[in-house]
Amino acid sequence: MALWEQLGLRRSHGVGQAGWCWTLVAAIVSVIYFFPVLWIILTAFKSYGDALAVPPKFIFTPTLDNFVAVFSRAYSSGSKAQDTGFSLYFFNSIFISGTSVMLALIIGTLAAFGFSRYPLKGNDIYLFVILTTRMLPAIVVIIPIFLMFRVVGLSGTYAGIIFLYTAFNLPFAIWMMKSFFDELSPDVEDAARLDGSSDRGVFFKICLPQVKAGLAATAVFGLILTWNEFLFALLLGGIETRTVPVAMAQTVGGDIGVRWGLLAAIETLFLIPVILVTFALQEYLLRGVTFGTIKR
Amino acid sequence: MSVRSSEFFTLRWSNWPLALAAAVVVIPLAVATLPSGVAFWITGLAVALVVSTLVVRAADRHTRRYAGGLLVAPALAVLFVMNIFPLLWSFGLSFYNYRANRMAPPTFAGLDYYERVVSDPTVWDRLHTTAIIVLLTVTAQMVVGFLLALLFAREFPLRRYLLILVLTPMMLSYVAMGAFFRYYYEPTFGLLSQTVLLLTGERYVLLQSTAGAMAGIVFADAWMWSPFVMLLVLSGLVSVPKYLYEAAAIDRVSPWRRFWAITFPYIRGLLLLALLFRTIEAFKLFDIVFLLTEGGPGSSTETIAIYVYRIAFQYFRTSDSTALAYILLFTVIVLTNLYLYFARQRARET
Repeated sequence: MALWEQLGLRRSHGVGQAGWCWTLVAAIVSVIYFFPVLWIILTAFKSYGDALAVPPKFIFTPTLDNFVAVFSRAYSSGSKAQDTGFSLYFFNSIFISGTSVMLALIIGTLAAFGFSRYPLKGNDIYLFVILTTRMLPAIVVIIPIFLMFRVVGLSGTYAGIIFLYTAFNLPFAIWMMKSFFDELSPDVEDAARLDGSSDRGVFFKICLPQVKAGLAATAVFGLILTWNEFLFALLLGGIETRTVPVAMAQTVGGDIGVRWGLLAAIETLFLIPVILVTFALQEYLLRGVTFGTIKR
Repeated sequence: MSVRSSEFFTLRWSNWPLALAAAVVVIPLAVATLPSGVAFWITGLAVALVVSTLVVRAADRHTRRYAGGLLVAPALAVLFVMNIFPLLWSFGLSFYNYRANRMAPPTFAGLDYYERVVSDPTVWDRLHTTAIIVLLTVTAQMVVGFLLALLFAREFPLRRYLLILVLTPMMLSYVAMGAFFRYYYEPTFGLLSQTVLLLTGERYVLLQSTAGAMAGIVFADAWMWSPFVMLLVLSGLVSVPKYLYEAAAIDRVSPWRRFWAITFPYIRGLLLLALLFRTIEAFKLFDIVFLLTEGGPGSSTETIAIYVYRIAFQYFRTSDSTALAYILLFTVIVLTNLYLYFARQRARET
């Protein structure tokens, strides 16, 4: 039985009246739990005055001003609206996470297949070291990389940050994909080999098609992790390669005071994609958050 | 190695001895003659060339013997360049006297920096702060996560949609949530202060006191990561076979005993894994502290990760920071080892 069904994530049929009572309780708890996120989204649609209203306003006239101001606004009253750079930061976030996840997925899937099907001497040690590099505190890893990037002139470049994020995503991709490859039944592969299929054929024609969903889940997870990453981007990103989290943190301590409606609008644009894909990821959530170490 | 000379000199993608030989010649030449920035790229290209020939060869059907090593080679190469090598380098640096913002060449210092870090009362103070935060946030996550799991373990309509509302926080950005929790804790406009004002009639500034700032961090972190514990516990709860409960109902077992005798054995392993995983993650806590309090008021909420950041990138005491970083590294390695040990054990049992 798929985890999906085990967790009861499919719509259940024939639930009696008692079920709806639980739904009510669970609904209240869930909405309270989700409230901090909900409030961000509400604040994004408030005018400057409404966002700072005392007591907080639940009913207000929605406005899109904040979303416009994310990308271009006047820095002092009366002056002309200027580009805020956020279109660049959003582009950077998409471009950097997209490229690095793609690279990590290609390299990681090959390695995962290797670890799964052709165990080396000390296979477990390799896998342990790989996972450890991902579990280390980012600050520990960043000090030497910062010094290294300074020597070779990579800090502040796209190549540098993409390379770094590829390495950041690689352990995750390897462990996730290995967990998917390990699950495949060897019978089909053996049969294909008997029919004269090459190793390459087995990999591309038999194994890869079976883990398509796993590939997609790994990619999306990697995208979210990279999309959210802050410390590497803060210390190694330059002005041109700044990503949204770094820009967001600077908005909080920024010179314009804290315009919460504006920050909420940035965050809404930043969070909504993640919320949407989380919904699609449900089945693989457990495996994803534990780096493939717990399958069910 | 029995490579015939004619084979060695053919330009083919699978001819890795030639690529390796070329790299061995080109890399030292580039490093010796060209500026370091250019040499780095040439080295990278040469390594990439060797690796790609190895990969092409791995895909060849006749070389099954090497396939394992060759398939994992590119991944190991990337991790070596970006993780292992820098870490070894900084391990070396921790024995030298070095400041990243000075031109002075490093001088050998032996174990001085380790001694200094271990005997530094500030480090112990930061570790103490981190321990308190870890203890509070992990406990809160375990309790809240467990209760949420109990709530969602039943089957009821719309469960799937409500579940996603609760699970979402852990997928969100620390920075985004940290920034907004600052708004919730804001003295005048924040939701929390307004609620307190409504209830007690007094203004309330949460992040001003040590205990308040600590509570603010723990609340935000526990809010984000309780769903993680919930997800793990939930997967344990749904794996309990239904017939066990039915048998218990026939025998009129009390709910308390039913929980300890039937349910608990199925979630014990997962609770332990959740505890270890969250401890490792909480130990590294950086983003949310950086966004919410920046370690303040004073240095009362400065976690060890924030402290390493400060000595490395604000005071530029590079050697101190690498020595301290290595102590953290070993802590995390031990915890990760424990985690994997229990994860493997569980995988074998189920």
